[in-house]
Amino acid sequence: MSRGGFWSVARAVAWRNIHSFFTNPAIAIPALLLPMFFFTAFAGGLSRVDQVPGFDYGAGYTTFIYGFVLLQASTFAGIFTGFSVARDFESGFSRRLFLAAQRHGGIVAGYWLAALTRAIFTVAVITAVALIAGLDVNGNLFDLVGLYALVLLVNAAAMLFGTGIAMRLRTMQAGPAMQVPAFLLLFLAPVWVPYDLLTGWVQTAASFNPITLVLEAGRGFLAGDPTEVLPAFGAVLLLVAVTVLWARGGLHSAERAA
Amino acid sequence: MSEAAIEATDLVRDFKKGPRAVDGIDLRVEAGEVYGFLGPNGAGKSTTVHMLTTLLPPTSGTARVGGHDVVEEGPAVRATIGAALQEAALDPFLTGTEHMKLQTALHGMRRAEAKSRSGELLARVGLTQAADRKVGGYSGGMKRRLDLALALVHEPRILFLDEPTTGLDPQSRSALWDEVQRLASDSGVTVFLTTQYLEEADVLADRIGIIDQGRIVAEGTPAELKAEISRPTLEIIPAEHGELARTREVLARFGEPANSSPKGAAVLLSEGEAQLADVVRALDADGIHLQHLQLHAPTLDDVFLAKTGRSLEGAAEEEAEQPDPEQAAAA
Amino acid sequence: MRRSTLAVQVGVLARRSVVRTLRQPAMVVPSLVFPLILLAINASGLDSATRLPGFPTDSYFQFALAIPFVQGALFSANSAGTNVASDIESGFLNRLALTPLRRVALMMGQLAGILALGLIQAVTFVVIGVAFGSGIAAGVSGALVIIALSLVISLAFGCIGAFVALRTGSGEAVQGVFPLFFAALFLSSMALPRNLIETDWFRTVADWNPVSYMLEAIRSLVISGWDGEALALGFACAGGLALIALVAASSALRTQMVRT
Ligand SMILES: Nc1ncnc2c1ncn2[C@@H]1O[C@H](COP(=O)(O)OP(=O)(O)O)[C@@H](O)[C@H]1O
Ligand SMILES: [Mg+2]
Repeated sequence: MSRGGFWSVARAVAWRNIHSFFTNPAIAIPALLLPMFFFTAFAGGLSRVDQVPGFDYGAGYTTFIYGFVLLQASTFAGIFTGFSVARDFESGFSRRLFLAAQRHGGIVAGYWLAALTRAIFTVAVITAVALIAGLDVNGNLFDLVGLYALVLLVNAAAMLFGTGIAMRLRTMQAGPAMQVPAFLLLFLAPVWVPYDLLTGWVQTAASFNPITLVLEAGRGFLAGDPTEVLPAFGAVLLLVAVTVLWARGGLHSAERAA
Repeated sequence: MSEAAIEATDLVRDFKKGPRAVDGIDLRVEAGEVYGFLGPNGAGKSTTVHMLTTLLPPTSGTARVGGHDVVEEGPAVRATIGAALQEAALDPFLTGTEHMKLQTALHGMRRAEAKSRSGELLARVGLTQAADRKVGGYSGGMKRRLDLALALVHEPRILFLDEPTTGLDPQSRSALWDEVQRLASDSGVTVFLTTQYLEEADVLADRIGIIDQGRIVAEGTPAELKAEISRPTLEIIPAEHGELARTREVLARFGEPANSSPKGAAVLLSEGEAQLADVVRALDADGIHLQHLQLHAPTLDDVFLAKTGRSLEGAAEEEAEQPDPEQAAAA
Repeated sequence: MRRSTLAVQVGVLARRSVVRTLRQPAMVVPSLVFPLILLAINASGLDSATRLPGFPTDSYFQFALAIPFVQGALFSANSAGTNVASDIESGFLNRLALTPLRRVALMMGQLAGILALGLIQAVTFVVIGVAFGSGIAAGVSGALVIIALSLVISLAFGCIGAFVALRTGSGEAVQGVFPLFFAALFLSSMALPRNLIETDWFRTVADWNPVSYMLEAIRSLVISGWDGEALALGFACAGGLALIALVAASSALRTQMVRT
C-alpha cells in the first residue's frame, strides 16, 4: 500500500473528527470552557501570589498562569480526542474503519491531525482572551516558535496516551482513565508558583514530573528568557516516543478485537 | 343500572408541545370486567390511563373511577385503584422486599400485616427466591411481576395495566396473562389493560376498545368485533389437482368465492365457522379427497384495518403466526 | 385501611433515599476523594502564599481545609439531582404519586438522603483535617458547628440539584449544572482571603458570592476560634440559599407531580 493510502485514511478520520468537533457544541464548549475557567480563576483570583518573597518571574502573573493554561488546553485537546476515539468504538464506526482501511496507522495519524486542529483552535481562543486580560509576552519570534512547538508536542503525547487507552478499552467508560492521570500530571507541577516555592509532597512529585520542565521552559520563552530548553524538549520528545509505542500497542489490541 | 367501575365522558387531553393525545373518549367498564384498550404506539393509551389514575388532569371531559370523580376526588380514586404503569418504574438499587416495604408503609399498613401481605404477593408472582436481590439485576419479566405485586398491595378493586407485556419473552408473557386472568376470575378485580398486541387483547379481554390517534374507533367483545368486519375464509387444497374445479363448485354452495393459492379454492363462509362440518361432509359425499384444509379466522387486525385504513403496527401477519412481541416492538 | 402518618412516610422515604445513595459507591466515593485530592495538591502547591503579608495562618492546609466541605456539598447537589431525575425519568415518582403520599414527605425524605451523604463527608473531612495536623481553633464544639454548617450547605446545594431535576426532569440537565457550581466555588475566596485578592472584578464577584461566606465561617472556626460575625454570615448565606432552593424545589415538585 502506498503512502497515499496512509494519508487518505488519516485525512478521512481527521475530517470526520474535526467536523463533529466544530458542529457539536456539547463537544466543543467544554473543551474551551475548562482552560478558560482555569485561566480566569487563577489569573484573576491568585494574582497577589506574585508578591510572595522569592517569586521571580518577570512577565507578570497573568503570563505565568497563561503558560500553565496553554499546556492544560493542549493536553486536554489531546485527551478529549481520546474520548472521541472511544466514542467511535462505541458507535461501531471504528469497526467499519478498521475493515475498510488498509493502513491502520493512518487511523491514528488522522486522530492526531484532529487533536492538532483542536489544540490550535483552543490555544488561539485562550490566547485571544489572555491578550485582552493583559497577557505580557516578552519573548521574540524564536521564543514563541519554541513555546508553541512544546505545546503541540504535549498535545500529541496526550492524544497518543488517550488513544492508547481508548483502543484498549473501547468504551466511553474509559474517560476517567484518560482524564485523571492527565489532571494529576498537570497539577503536580509548579502551577501557581515557581518550583522553588513549592513545598512538601507536591515539590517532590514535581521534581519527577516531566511537565515541570515543559512548564518552566514555556514560561521562560514567554518571558523572553529561555531556560531549560533542551531538557524540556528532551522530556517531551521522550513522552511522545513512549506514547507512540503505547498507542501502537492499543492499535494492535483493537486490530485483534476488530 | 349499577354504577360502572370506570366511566369516562368526552375525555380530552392536549399537550402544549404536541398533538391532542386523547381526543374525546367515552368509556364504560363494568365491575369485574377485563377491558382491553388496544392501539398502536402513540395512540393515546398511556395518556388515558394517566388521566383515569389521577396522574394527569384532563383538558376537558369527566371520568369516574370506582364511583369517584378523577378530578374532584383524587385521593378516593387512588385508594380504590392499583396501577402498573408502562415504565415498570422500580428503583434498581432496592431489593424486591424493600420495594414491598416502601409500598406497604406508604399505604399505611401495620408492620405485621405488611409483612405477611408482601410475602404472599411475592410468592404469588413467583419472586420469593429473588426477593432479597436488587431489582437492577431482575429480568424484564421479573420487573413486570414485581410491579404487578406492588400494585396489588392495598387490594385494589380496579387494576390498570399499561402495556404489561411489551418487550417480554413469550414465557413471561403467558405467565403474566395467567396472573391477570386469575385476578379477574378469582378476586373479581376490574382490569383496564392497554396493549399493542391483538393476541393479548383477544386472550385476556372481555371487551375491547380500539384506539387510534386519540379516538376510540371500535368497541365490543372480540367476537363481536371480528364478526362485524368479516366472516372466516375456508381454503381447501384437493389431493388431486384435477378435482380443483369440482371443489370450487362444492364450496360455492356455502358462500362467495375468495382468493386462494393457485392449487386450492377458497370460500367466504356466509354463516361462519359453524359451516365447517357441512363443507367437509359435502366434499366427502362428492368423493373429493383433501390434501389441506385451512380456516382463516378474521383478526382484530382486519378490524383495525377496516376502521382506520391502516394495519396495526408490527401485527400485520396472520394471527396464526403469532407475532413475536420483541419484533413487533422493534418494528 | 389506616392512612399512613406523615412521620411514617418521611421515615420510609428517608430510609430509601439513604440506602439508595449509599448503594452507589460511584456517587459516594468521588464526593470524598476529589475534594481531598484537591486539598492535598492545593495545600502543598500554594503553601508559599502564606508568606504574603496579612495571610491569616502559616499553614495553607489549614486555610484550605474549608474547601472540601463546600466542594463535597456540590457533589450532594449532583447526587440529589441525579437521584430525583432518575425517579422522574423512570416513572418512580408516578408510583409514589399513586399512594397516599404527601408531597412534603417526599421532599423531606429526599433531604434525608442529602444529609446522610453530607454527614459522611463532613465527618471525614474534619477527621482528615485534624489527623494531618490542622488544629481546630474553636475546639471540639467548633468541629461540631463546622459539621452543622456543612450540613446546611449540603442541604442548600442538594435542594438546588433537586430543583433543577424537578424543573427539567432530566439527569443530563443536572450534569450540565455541575460545572456552574464549580465556577461558583472557584470565583470565591477559596484560594486567598478576600482582602488579598488583587484583581478588582474578581474581588467584587467574591464579595457577592455566598460561597465566600460559607468558606469564611468554617475557616474562622479552624483558624481563629469563635467569630460571631463570620458564623452569622456563613449560616445566613447557607440557610438563606437552602430556604430559597427548598421553596423552589417544592414548587417545582408541585408542577412535576400534578396528581389531582
Ligand atoms: N408529556 C407529553 N408531552 C407532549 N406530548 C406527549 C406527552 N405525553 C404523550 N404525548 C404525545 O401524546 C400522544 C399519545 O401518547 P401516549 O398516550 O403515550 O400513547 P401510547 O401510550 O398509546 O403509546 C403521542 O403522540 C405522544 O407523543
Ligand atoms: Mg403508552
